[in-house]
Amino acid sequence: MSFHPQMEYAPARFHRSERKLADEGQPFAYTPENQAKFDENVTHYPPEQRKSAILYALYLAQGQLGYLTGNAMRFVAQQIGCSTADVEDVVSYYTMFYRKPVGKRVLNVCRTLSCALLGAERVTEELSRTLGIKPGETTADGEFTLIEVECLGACDRAPVVMVNDDWHERLAPEQVSKFIDDLKARGSAVFTGCHLKKE
Amino acid sequence: MAFEPVLTPFVGEPNAHTLDFYIQRARGYEGLRKALTMQPNDLIEQVKASGLRGRGGAGFPTGLKWQFVDKKAEPRYIACNADESEPGTFKDHVLMERNPHLLIEGCAISCYAIGAKVAYIYIRGEFYHVQQVLEAEIEKAYKAGFLGKNILGSGFDCDVYVHRGAGAYEAGEETALIESLEGKRAQPRIKPPFPAVAGLYQKPTAVNNVETLCNVPLIVLNGAEWFAALGPEKNGGPKLYCISGQVKRPGVYEASMHTTLRELIYGETFAQGMAGGKKFKAIIPGGSSVPLLLDEHLDAPASFDGVQKAGSLLGSAGLIVLDETVCMVWLAMNLLHFYRHESCGKCTPCREGGNWLYQLLQRVEAGEGRMKDIDLLFGVANNIVGKTLCAFGDAAATPVLTTLKLFRHEFEAHVKEGRCTLPSEWRAKHPVMAH
Repeated sequence: MSFHPQMEYAPARFHRSERKLADEGQPFAYTPENQAKFDENVTHYPPEQRKSAILYALYLAQGQLGYLTGNAMRFVAQQIGCSTADVEDVVSYYTMFYRKPVGKRVLNVCRTLSCALLGAERVTEELSRTLGIKPGETTADGEFTLIEVECLGACDRAPVVMVNDDWHERLAPEQVSKFIDDLKARGSAVFTGCHLKKE
Repeated sequence: MAFEPVLTPFVGEPNAHTLDFYIQRARGYEGLRKALTMQPNDLIEQVKASGLRGRGGAGFPTGLKWQFVDKKAEPRYIACNADESEPGTFKDHVLMERNPHLLIEGCAISCYAIGAKVAYIYIRGEFYHVQQVLEAEIEKAYKAGFLGKNILGSGFDCDVYVHRGAGAYEAGEETALIESLEGKRAQPRIKPPFPAVAGLYQKPTAVNNVETLCNVPLIVLNGAEWFAALGPEKNGGPKLYCISGQVKRPGVYEASMHTTLRELIYGETFAQGMAGGKKFKAIIPGGSSVPLLLDEHLDAPASFDGVQKAGSLLGSAGLIVLDETVCMVWLAMNLLHFYRHESCGKCTPCREGGNWLYQLLQRVEAGEGRMKDIDLLFGVANNIVGKTLCAFGDAAATPVLTTLKLFRHEFEAHVKEGRCTLPSEWRAKHPVMAH
C-alpha cells in the first residue's frame, strides 16, 4: 500500500493478504473522442516513452467513469504498454485519482497554513455539518464528496475550495450553508472561479 | 529610483494573456528573435553574467545550471517546474495565467541555449484552469511561428508541451519531477548523476522554475547589466513576493530585492499591514519549509542573501504573516500534517519521522503532552535533517525546530496547563484527531 495517508495509511492494520483489490467494475474502453485525445497526447513524448502519458491516460479514464476501476486501470496498462501493477503503482500515489466512486461534486477544502489562518478548519466543519458527512465521505444522494486537501496554491484568496476542476475563493465559514444552497440551485454558476480570470 | 514591474506590469489588464497584447504592449518575442541571432554559448554567458538565480527555492545560478548540461549527449530537454505546491507560494500561478507568453518565450530561448528541442511544462494537477489558458496560448504561439519547426526562419525547432501532474507536492523536487514526467511515482533520485547529465529519460535536462524562465527573455532583451542593476549584488532582477496570512492585502507583489520584509508587510503598495488591528507575531519568509523570523529581523532586505543573513531562507518567496492569535504548537502541527501527507515514502527518516512528529505535536496541542515530549520532538526532528535523499526531510523538520527554538515557552505552557494556551476562534471548534 502507499504511504499516503489518504490511501489508508496504516501498514500495521492492513496485512497484505487483507488488501482490498480495486473494484473491477464494468468492462472498460475509451470513447472515440478520448481515444483520439490519448493518441494525440502520446505523440508529445518520444515513441519509446509512452509511459509518460500515463497520468493523462488516467485522467481520461477517470473523466469517463468518475473513478478508476480495475478494468479501467487494465485498459490504461494496455494503451501504455506497461503492466497493470505499474498503473496501480501510479494511481495509488497521486491524490487526484479516486479508486472509489465519488460524488458528482467533490469539495476539496484547502487545509494548509494560509487557508487555515483564515478559517479553513471552520469551513470544513460547516460543510461537514451542512452536508451531514465527515471529510472523506460522500452524501447518500451521491451529490457531494468532502475532502480536505493540502495547499492549492491560492493562499492570497484563502480559504479556497476546489470543486472538481473549478475554484471557489474566499469562502468564509458563515457563507457555507448559503453556498451549498446556491450550489444545489444554480450549479457551477456560483463559483467565483480564479480571481485572475476577471482582472 | 522607483521600481517598475517587468514580469507583471500588465497582469491587471483584461487581455494581458493574449498573444496580440503581448506583442503590441510588452515587446513580445523580441527576446526570442534576438536570441536566435546569438550563439547558444553566448546566451548562457549572458545569463551567467546577469546573476539570475533560480526562483524555485534553492537560488542556484541559472546560467551555471545550463552550463553544466552535457552538450555531447542528444537529445536534451528543458523541464519547466510549474508544480507550485509550497504552502504560501502562488506566484507562478499569476505568471502562467496572466503572462503565459513570457513563459513560452522563456522556454523557447532556454531550449535554444542548451540545444534542446522540447520543453515540458510540468503543471500541478490542481491548476486545471491555468493549464487551459496556457495550452490555448501555446497553440497561438505555434500558429504565429514562435514555436514548432524552423522558428522565425532560423532553422531552430522547438516544441513546448504542458504535462499535468496529479496532486503531489514532492513532484516539485527536480528529480521527482523527472520521475513523474516519465510516468512514475514522484520520488526523488539519488544525486549524482544530476539532471544536467542524466535527467529525463536519462538524457541531459535543465529543470527551471516558471519565474526563472520568465526572466530569461528580459535578460536577452535588456542585457545582463540592466538585470543585475535591478537588485542588490548577487540578487539581481525583479522578484515576485507572495504575501498571505493575516495581512490586510494579501497577494503577489513584484519588487526589487532591495525591499525589506517590513516594507512588504506594512508598505502601502504591498500588504498594508496586519488585518483586524492585531499585533504581528512572526513571519515565514519563504514558504512553509523555512525557519520563522521575528519583528527584530524585518529590516533585512528580502533577498536570497539578506534573508539568509537574518537566519532564514528566501526559498520560493512565499511570505506567510502570522498575528498574535497564532498558537505555535498548532502551527507546527498544521505544517506537519502537510509534510506527513506529502512525504513520498522513499526515505525512512522522512516517512516515519514526519508521522511521529505529527503525533507528538497532536498530543502536546491537545494538552496531553509530557515535558519529555518536547525533547523527543527535538530529537526526532534532528534525526530527519540531512538524512534523506532530497530537501523534503529538512523541510519537514524545520517547522518543529524553528518553533521550538523561538517559542519553546508555548510548548511548555501547553504541557503545564494541559490545554492549548492560545485557542483562536478561526480554528476548528471540534478538532478531529487524525491517525
